[in-house]
Amino acid sequence: MALTIKEVEYVAKLARLQLNEDEKQIFAEQLSSILKYVEKLNELPTDGVEPLAHILPVYNVFRADEIRPGTPREEILANAPLVEDGQYKVPKIM
Amino acid sequence: MELHQLTIHELQELLSRKETSALEITQSIFTRIHAVDDQVRAFITLTEEEALANAREIDKQGEYGRIAGIPLGVKDIFCTRGVKTTCASRILENFVPTYDSTAAGRLFAEKGILAGKLNMDEFAMGSSTEQSAFFPTCNPWNLSRVPGGSSGGSAAAVAADEVPFALGTDTGGSIRQPASFCGVVGLKPTYGRVSRWGVIAYASSLDQVGTFAKDVRDCALVMNIISGKDPLDSTCVDLPVPDYSASLDGNVKGMKIAYPREYFQPGIDSHVQDAIKKALLKYEEMGAVVNEVSLPHSEYALPAYYLVATAEASANLARYDGVRYGLRDFEAANVIDMFSRSRAEGFGAEVKRRIMLGSYALSSGYYDAYYLKALKVRRLIADDFSKVFANFDLIVSPTAPTVAFNIGEQIGDPLTLYMNDILTVPINMAGLPAMSIPCGFHEGMPVGMQLIGPAFGESTLFKAAFAFEQNTDFHTFRPALEVK
Repeated sequence: MALTIKEVEYVAKLARLQLNEDEKQIFAEQLSSILKYVEKLNELPTDGVEPLAHILPVYNVFRADEIRPGTPREEILANAPLVEDGQYKVPKIM
Repeated sequence: MELHQLTIHELQELLSRKETSALEITQSIFTRIHAVDDQVRAFITLTEEEALANAREIDKQGEYGRIAGIPLGVKDIFCTRGVKTTCASRILENFVPTYDSTAAGRLFAEKGILAGKLNMDEFAMGSSTEQSAFFPTCNPWNLSRVPGGSSGGSAAAVAADEVPFALGTDTGGSIRQPASFCGVVGLKPTYGRVSRWGVIAYASSLDQVGTFAKDVRDCALVMNIISGKDPLDSTCVDLPVPDYSASLDGNVKGMKIAYPREYFQPGIDSHVQDAIKKALLKYEEMGAVVNEVSLPHSEYALPAYYLVATAEASANLARYDGVRYGLRDFEAANVIDMFSRSRAEGFGAEVKRRIMLGSYALSSGYYDAYYLKALKVRRLIADDFSKVFANFDLIVSPTAPTVAFNIGEQIGDPLTLYMNDILTVPINMAGLPAMSIPCGFHEGMPVGMQLIGPAFGESTLFKAAFAFEQNTDFHTFRPALEVK
């Protein structure tokens, strides 16, 4: 299935990726050819096949709720692009 | 032989006989790195000062064993406390983790010495290490060729004698294909065998930590250390870890080996096929029973993989938004723009492409047609393997369709590049363990043989790989690099 520029723009918005006009054009072409390739899967009848999301049986893992030492706030904030009063600072949301 | 050329077990023997020191070994490693890494470009970050200090401290204590006092390299996807961890991406260019990943941490706890962080395709997305945001790594066997990927830096560093062993990760072939291209041993364990905690996520249901080594014995030694339950990774399985070194007995008499006809098709270079067929004859000579089998859904593994992996990636990489760490665009007027612009500036083309594909496959209206369909096909692929393993101990195939290709040769066309993973991806889809070991040469480049085992059957892989190694000398060849 061929992807239009409009669809590329919609997906880019979902993915929070700002694309320039060249990128939109290239992605429309490349994603279309990849989608055409993956549509090969439609050759296979899969009615009644149980989807396999995880290869091993996955169970909840529990542990006792005990207080343990964590990483100091300053160490974690050292990686932040912008900090104020010991908190992350971002541009206005509204 | 110089120290940097030796394996872990050879170095360990010298250490225990007091014939060398951790410091001498570490100095030898850095002398080698300074002599050849201008050409190979395997390392993103070197930790020389810390490594030398570490070595002195270990020598002072004077206790050696397993990997104590042995330098190692770590793919730059593993968080290392206080050491920059970039994932070969601009978005994490200045990220310094506050903790060690479990796998790397277990090596450090055994007094393994970190020599540095190794180059890779950005976020482990690629098959050539050309997608690193910083620079491509070159294949030590021929500097105009790629080392494979995504763990290309790890494979190249081991092949070039820059480190005796290195950690990597494998989501669709990212350990085995570069091991094949660089002529070293590379193991992707069973999904759940090694903790993924502190490993930057690409596709969580497929990612697995593994190791590169110069021979099978070293690979087993490292696996003994990094395997086993970790309370910090709920997918890391609570099963006892057998002593993998104990399976190195060289005996494959009566071992039932299957080779899938779908892995020996015209798309696979005939020289590569010949090398594997010769290896299969060798196994027969050694007393194994070799038979052809079919894995009928093989051709569907790659398209299913590119849906599952990219869908998971699009979710995993949502965390890079410029808020808590990583690159931020400071021009944006509002927070949504900040996310979109930071991500646009920080991610490379292949990462964007996969995020886009994954977001599309998960988007409303397409989820059933793409993602769910891929998960159903995944079941069929896993079932193919189960059926074979009901009657066989081991499956053998080529690791990659060709030997290493030229830098720049495939970078223009994503689909062509994806085809490199056609023989390795099905194993990740089924969560099985698989190893690549050197088994021949073509055009002066190494050929890798892939050994695939049943879930948690790593011991069988080690047994078969070791027997092959004992009866051949492919693992003894090293590239001739010009020393500066």
